[in-house]
Amino acid sequence: MTFRSILFKRTEDCIKNETLEAPEFFIDLNLDQIVDAITAGWQEYNLKPFFYTSLNDSDAIYYRHEVMRDLENKILFEHIKSFAQRMRAMRGHLAQADKLHYKYQKKRWFLDAVETYCEAVNGLVIDLTLVDLKSSGFLAFREYISNYVKSGGFTSLLAETKKLKTDLSGIKYCLLIKDNSIKVRKYESEIDYSADVEETFEKFKQGAARDYRVKFSNYPDMNHVEAEVLSMVAQLYPEIFKNLDDYCEKCVNYLDETIGVFDREIQFYLVYLEYIGVLKQAGLKFCYPQISDKCKEVYNCEGFDLALAKKLIKENLPVVCNDFYLKDKERVFVVSGPNQGGKTTFARTFGQLHYLAGIGCPVPGREARLFLYDKLFTHFEKEENIKNLRGKLQDDLVRIYEILNQATTNSIIIMNEIFTSTTLKDAVFLSKKVMEKIIQLDLLCVCVTFIGELASLSGKTVSLVSSVVPENPALRTYKILRGPADGLLYAITIAEKHRLTYDCIKERINS
Amino acid sequence: MKAHLMYKDRDFDLKGELPSNRQALTQDLELSTLFKSMALGDDFLFEVAKKAVLSGLNNLDTILYRQNILKDCLNNPSIIRDIYDITIESIERKKKTYFGFFNRYPSSILHSSIDVLQIFVDILKKLRIIADAHADKFASEGFRLFFTMLKKELGDEYFACVQNHLEELKFRNGVLISAELGEGNKGSNYILRKPQGKTQDKKESWVQRIFAKKQPVFTIFISERDESGARALSELKDKGINLVANALSQSADHILSFFNMLRTELAFYVGCLNLYERLAQIGEPVSFPLPVDAGERRHSFKGLYDVCLALSLEQKIVGNDVNADGKDLVMITGANQGGKSTFLRSIGLAQLMMQCGMFVPAESFSSNICQNLFTHYKREEDTTMNSGKLDEELGRMSDIVDKITPNSMLLFNESFAATNEREGSEIARQIISALLERRVKVFFVTHLYEFAHGFYDKKLKNTLFLRAERQNDGRRTFKLVDGEPLQTSFGEDLYNGIFGTGS
Repeated sequence: MTFRSILFKRTEDCIKNETLEAPEFFIDLNLDQIVDAITAGWQEYNLKPFFYTSLNDSDAIYYRHEVMRDLENKILFEHIKSFAQRMRAMRGHLAQADKLHYKYQKKRWFLDAVETYCEAVNGLVIDLTLVDLKSSGFLAFREYISNYVKSGGFTSLLAETKKLKTDLSGIKYCLLIKDNSIKVRKYESEIDYSADVEETFEKFKQGAARDYRVKFSNYPDMNHVEAEVLSMVAQLYPEIFKNLDDYCEKCVNYLDETIGVFDREIQFYLVYLEYIGVLKQAGLKFCYPQISDKCKEVYNCEGFDLALAKKLIKENLPVVCNDFYLKDKERVFVVSGPNQGGKTTFARTFGQLHYLAGIGCPVPGREARLFLYDKLFTHFEKEENIKNLRGKLQDDLVRIYEILNQATTNSIIIMNEIFTSTTLKDAVFLSKKVMEKIIQLDLLCVCVTFIGELASLSGKTVSLVSSVVPENPALRTYKILRGPADGLLYAITIAEKHRLTYDCIKERINS
Repeated sequence: MKAHLMYKDRDFDLKGELPSNRQALTQDLELSTLFKSMALGDDFLFEVAKKAVLSGLNNLDTILYRQNILKDCLNNPSIIRDIYDITIESIERKKKTYFGFFNRYPSSILHSSIDVLQIFVDILKKLRIIADAHADKFASEGFRLFFTMLKKELGDEYFACVQNHLEELKFRNGVLISAELGEGNKGSNYILRKPQGKTQDKKESWVQRIFAKKQPVFTIFISERDESGARALSELKDKGINLVANALSQSADHILSFFNMLRTELAFYVGCLNLYERLAQIGEPVSFPLPVDAGERRHSFKGLYDVCLALSLEQKIVGNDVNADGKDLVMITGANQGGKSTFLRSIGLAQLMMQCGMFVPAESFSSNICQNLFTHYKREEDTTMNSGKLDEELGRMSDIVDKITPNSMLLFNESFAATNEREGSEIARQIISALLERRVKVFFVTHLYEFAHGFYDKKLKNTLFLRAERQNDGRRTFKLVDGEPLQTSFGEDLYNGIFGTGS
């Protein structure tokens, strides 16, 4: 198998046109926050297109799972990190060369860039041979890069680079500065005068001393005097600098394209693993989900909202995990219960899990089986748009209509509190109509609603409720559990808490 | 080079923290009177006296080391004051230079350090001359080592070598710097080099010199109008002399701190000289005490007086003779204003003075050194606080217990009297019994009859009872004598004395 890409199993899977635009549902599911956070600090790799494009094939997903599992080996992870670190340093050197004016400065920075590249590649080859690799992606890459370093092109590049570096660092010269002249000549083993002076006064040493050394700003560029000195030095050592000239001409295209692409693509895995690493440390679980494009009996244990979890951990707050499963004919979760109880979070979690699974990443939870959907739709309540002349209700309906038109039986729809801007009677009617369509399509759906009746529309719906601590209803557990959509008990407990029950009010209102 | 006049093997640390009991000691023993007499209005002398007296030594050798140095000082006061003045001169003259000011240019830093070193060389020569003239008058180990060091380290040859450097560093023939190519081929690792003088190559024959392969030399001239070029040139030069400027400045600092250290350590002895001369004027005797190991129990003296009382009254006062060898507890009872507090203070002062290497205010004095000295005195009631007086007293007691170690000494003055006698006695009894078992030496001035007599009845060998004496006519002698605690403290005498109704 010839190596093409660490992200895509087959060449035809490669993204033809990388998009910088996030899918529509990103904001609703807080995936925008997640991807922003994951890629923050790594802009130079332009990783977002990889996170914006789902795979539509379980083999392609499992290809990434394998690579990701290999990278869960700390040693390999660190090896790849240090490779990337060196490649970044290399690019830094090139950028520096670009910015400078004097030719022997530019050329030296270029030489450093190539040297760093050679070190990066060599280091990676050695590192990879010492690691037990399992993924077909990494195995193919290892073969590729091992052959590359043995190639004549690379070995001669390496040899020339080393020789030039050694020659240059061996150069030592002297400056005699007097009045307005500088004499430049080779160094002739004159003794270190500072050390001599220091020795003379050694006897007075009384422990730690103040540091009188002046820090000189160390800009990479030179002033014209330094540049002139450098050109004199070049004349003192003409052969070495001739070699440097030739080298820079010859080695312009030193960088291997496949390795360059690998350096970028592998970052997809690194940044994701790094991101979830923090959460794992806080005790949260991640797993590689089973993926199927047939079976809709999905489940997940101890899942959570990735964006929310990150925030909670930062503030040292506990993260509540939730389970879900759909069995047999079950297709639709209808989530009801008290506000601020984690309903929306649950809906988001369901969406995030499926999306992350679709790009080949491990997902929150101890264990999961997820569905390989074709399209994902969300409908979350939006701020009313003043410019839009249609009313909010009409907006909602138009949006739902579009979704239902595009959805297939393999799609996923996530709805959060729709039809809140109308009367209860209307809301019930419309919701039932939409729900019937969804049930008819037999697609997977999460519907967060205050209309409990929706939960019992058909055998395909499952009722989930957000729960509270019985003794203190003001305390949320953020647990979403299967249970009857029954708002009554909850209302009573809240009333008790505010001392507004029948008995309480009688007591409080003194006759 | 080290002065080492306070410790044989280390510097005296003026900046270090004082022990936490400093405030109580200073207040209870009226130490500032002592410090003032040592300082004679000089803040620095005051500071050093305070530091030295409050951070006592626990090492017999070091105490004797200082005693011997002090004896030399008492024999050669004018030489000591001369050396002390020289150290001050070095510090004063340094202040008039630009040395030590923040500066961004190594060339200026170098320049100012050459200036200050020139001054220091002068002063060092003066020291050397004193050493040559007077070293033989000193007998103590500390001074002998000090003068030997001056002679050895500050020879004529050395001064010549330093002078040579100071000239050379003016770079009349230009600055020679070696460099390498660093990052991006920029010059780096600039090191100042000593030019190989022609005179060193005498062995080279003229034939060799003529046929020696000539190394190419290239020269760059910066035109006079090229200002940025001139700046670049001097920056290059600055990079070259950065390290030597640093080395030279640090050397100047080191020499300055040598002078500072010498001044600090001598300041202690100058303070002792001042005190000695003052006491001689009053006519009070002093003597060098004999310290013994902390594990022993010794306290015997003749004519021990409260030096602070003598200094503030400016007159000779009554001293006490006591032999408390082998005693862990000395209980002092007796007449009011009979000299009990004065006696207790003289015990504390003598102990502090002995343990910092000073003479003591007595005709003779010997005691075991103590690990630490604490005082627990009755305090004026603090009206700003809610806690009751006994509460406050016990709080202070608890602080002491946090810090005290075996073989420390604790002076109590009228402690635990803020409650009725029975309770106070019981508290005191429990505390003192425990302290004694933990090998703490205790001096206790008290009116708590039940407490004092309780210990008396035990007839313990390691306890001594002293009583403020009263003549039969009711007048006090301010002398303490051995004696059983008595029920009253002769308040009647006091009453009579004040109201003038006595016999």
